[in-house]
Amino acid sequence: MDEARLESILSRYEGEPYDLIPILQDIQDNYGFLPKEEVKAVARRINVPITQVYSVATFYKMFSLIPKGKHQLKVCLGTTCHLKGGQRLVDSLSSRLGVEVGYTSKDGQFSLETVGCLGSCAQAPVMMVDDKYHARVTVDKVPKILKQYQT
Amino acid sequence: MPRFESVDHLTQYRRQLKAKFDPEQPRVLVCAGPGCLPLGSEEVAQAFKEALAEKGLNGKVVLKVSGCQGLCARGVRVLLRPREISYQKVTVQDVPEIVETTLVNGGIVDRLIYQDPASQEKFSHKGEIPFYKNQQPIVLRKLDIIDPESLDDYLLMGGYRSLRKIFFEMTPEQVIDLVERSGLRGRGGAGFPTGRKWRICREAPEAVKFVICNGDEGDPGAFMDRAVMEGDPHAVIEGMIVGAYAIGARQGHIYVRHEYPLAVKRLKLAIEQARDAGFLGNNILRSGFNFDIKVSQGSGAFVCGEETALIASIEGFIGEPSPRPPYPAQSGLFGLPTVINNVETWANVPEIINMGGDWYTAIGTEKSKGTKVFSLVGAVNHTGLVEVPMGTTLRQIIYDLGGGIPDNKAFKAVQTGGPSGGCIPAKFLDLPVDYDSLQEVGSIMGSGGMIVMDETSCMVDVARYFIGFLHAESCGKCTPCREGLTQLKYIYNEIINGRGEEWHIPLMEELCAAMGSASICGLGQSAVNPVLSTLKYFRDEYEAHIRDKKCPALVCRPLLKYTIDPETCTGCLACVRECPVGAITGLKKEAQEIDQELCIKCGLCYEMCQFDAVKRE
Repeated sequence: MDEARLESILSRYEGEPYDLIPILQDIQDNYGFLPKEEVKAVARRINVPITQVYSVATFYKMFSLIPKGKHQLKVCLGTTCHLKGGQRLVDSLSSRLGVEVGYTSKDGQFSLETVGCLGSCAQAPVMMVDDKYHARVTVDKVPKILKQYQT
Repeated sequence: MPRFESVDHLTQYRRQLKAKFDPEQPRVLVCAGPGCLPLGSEEVAQAFKEALAEKGLNGKVVLKVSGCQGLCARGVRVLLRPREISYQKVTVQDVPEIVETTLVNGGIVDRLIYQDPASQEKFSHKGEIPFYKNQQPIVLRKLDIIDPESLDDYLLMGGYRSLRKIFFEMTPEQVIDLVERSGLRGRGGAGFPTGRKWRICREAPEAVKFVICNGDEGDPGAFMDRAVMEGDPHAVIEGMIVGAYAIGARQGHIYVRHEYPLAVKRLKLAIEQARDAGFLGNNILRSGFNFDIKVSQGSGAFVCGEETALIASIEGFIGEPSPRPPYPAQSGLFGLPTVINNVETWANVPEIINMGGDWYTAIGTEKSKGTKVFSLVGAVNHTGLVEVPMGTTLRQIIYDLGGGIPDNKAFKAVQTGGPSGGCIPAKFLDLPVDYDSLQEVGSIMGSGGMIVMDETSCMVDVARYFIGFLHAESCGKCTPCREGLTQLKYIYNEIINGRGEEWHIPLMEELCAAMGSASICGLGQSAVNPVLSTLKYFRDEYEAHIRDKKCPALVCRPLLKYTIDPETCTGCLACVRECPVGAITGLKKEAQEIDQELCIKCGLCYEMCQFDAVKRE
């Protein structure tokens, strides 16, 4: 475990039990997932039972206990995107990349997720790759978008 | 930006800003709201920067990136003030022409102005476009004027003006009286009177109290709060300062969902600016009042929009709701009295303080005062963000503002209130929209999502979608919600897979009755609305699925059949490459055929085909 790396995150907080979620968010952002040893260290430090840490880490969708891919694909399945074919977009990405929703492609390039709503409903169907929004993504646009990120 | 030591200092600074402001100076506002951003707002703004520099207009023309300008369907939007010329669908390539034609020569770029889909009439000025003409913006008023990252812009628009009034002319009780008199009700969905909530909290005996802003806008199809947090973050902060003063809180929290990274960034920046300017912190403007705000980020759980679950989440626990009473106003964050209001509610507060309660009660209906922001999306020409007085009819919103249904299709339903709302059929189009009227027809106001559906939407599928969504998001704490949604989801799957039985419908109604009365929180209680409203108004669609094993709108996959018309197929093989199961065979440049045994009815071939050769029935 890289103690300095973890310490740089923990030092931003007072170390109270209510800091648990923001700390886990920082670890998730920094490491791309929640490594076991780091999570245990957080529990000890802020005096929260490891069972509670585990319940939080598995309840909220943004946390992952396994490493994620280089690029995060988030396909919106909000109501408007659902009506405009969001699920077909998921299917297309899934079959092209050979990856199920919630998992990462074998080459470690892409993790595929669905989200409740990205709030860009006027441009449905919408997907996000990392922090970039892609508007009106019909199935035929998928190859071109993926190409931008494939190395 | 100075640190304001007193209200007079603030007033003096505002006067200076006004003196420096030249209303005649051309200002270019590039929309970077939720709708335009994915279409390339940043690139368009960059192109303006370069084009203005090239023409030597730096310093002469002000360039701003604004919040949502409303008519998202025609993004990227660019508004040129002071003439209020509104350009739409602007791309990087259009920018030099706009600069040359409009900013240099004073003309209009005809192809970039609004054209009415029905009358073909063209309008170049914002105020003439029907979408804007029929609105009455209070909450969205500043969104297409200010740069959300500039405190000066906010101050120039009268920002933080309400603080003078509350700190030096009013007691906390008088603030509560005023808000109560205004008739403001919670914009998060349930419509609880805001003033009454504040009073309950004020009267609680505990010394430490909190205010919370609920920015966990989870309803799919809703982006009003996102637009306000991103486009006018200081309004939310100002509203919270007023609320905190009224109830006697020293600490506030804004809880934003993590899917809105820009909202988090803008709010954090605005809080920092407000702290530096002395609007947050100790002894604000020498009033003796101390207050500060912290931003908490959600972690991707819809249920955290429920107030007790949201509070649990800030405390560091999983987002499980608790039974009410006690209400958060009596026992909220860390067991202490807490006022929790939605983003739009807070953003209404400063203007109510400035203009007075009577001004606000003059807008709206008898029991629902003021305006409401809706995100108008789905099968409607002018998708976007609208703000109308309570009591505006659905027809006015969908047809007058929304420009009607695209492609001459027929209106089928409008869904309001997110997964907790219902589907309203055409016969209620003339319903004046307020909290009570929507409830009477089996839906709810909710936070303001308004999703229009045409004949291509299947109402069984829509209800199944919401049940699936809520099933995934139910926290699982109480049995009626957890098990009820599991069973409803099972039944819907049976129906859309062609295994529906007549007795499924009464069973669904029975399940809904139990869930509605016995679930702990609003998620389970209102989960029945999409089911019951579609069963009530669109029962024939259920019957077609169950009796005839047909989906009349051609949506429910397992009930469909895809074939390729040999006459129109060119043999381009686009569908063959897309088919995930290899069900399409045939020679190149010859008609293809779908193996019905292998076909999983995903519809990818139908979507890929450029020649309409794939048929669906």
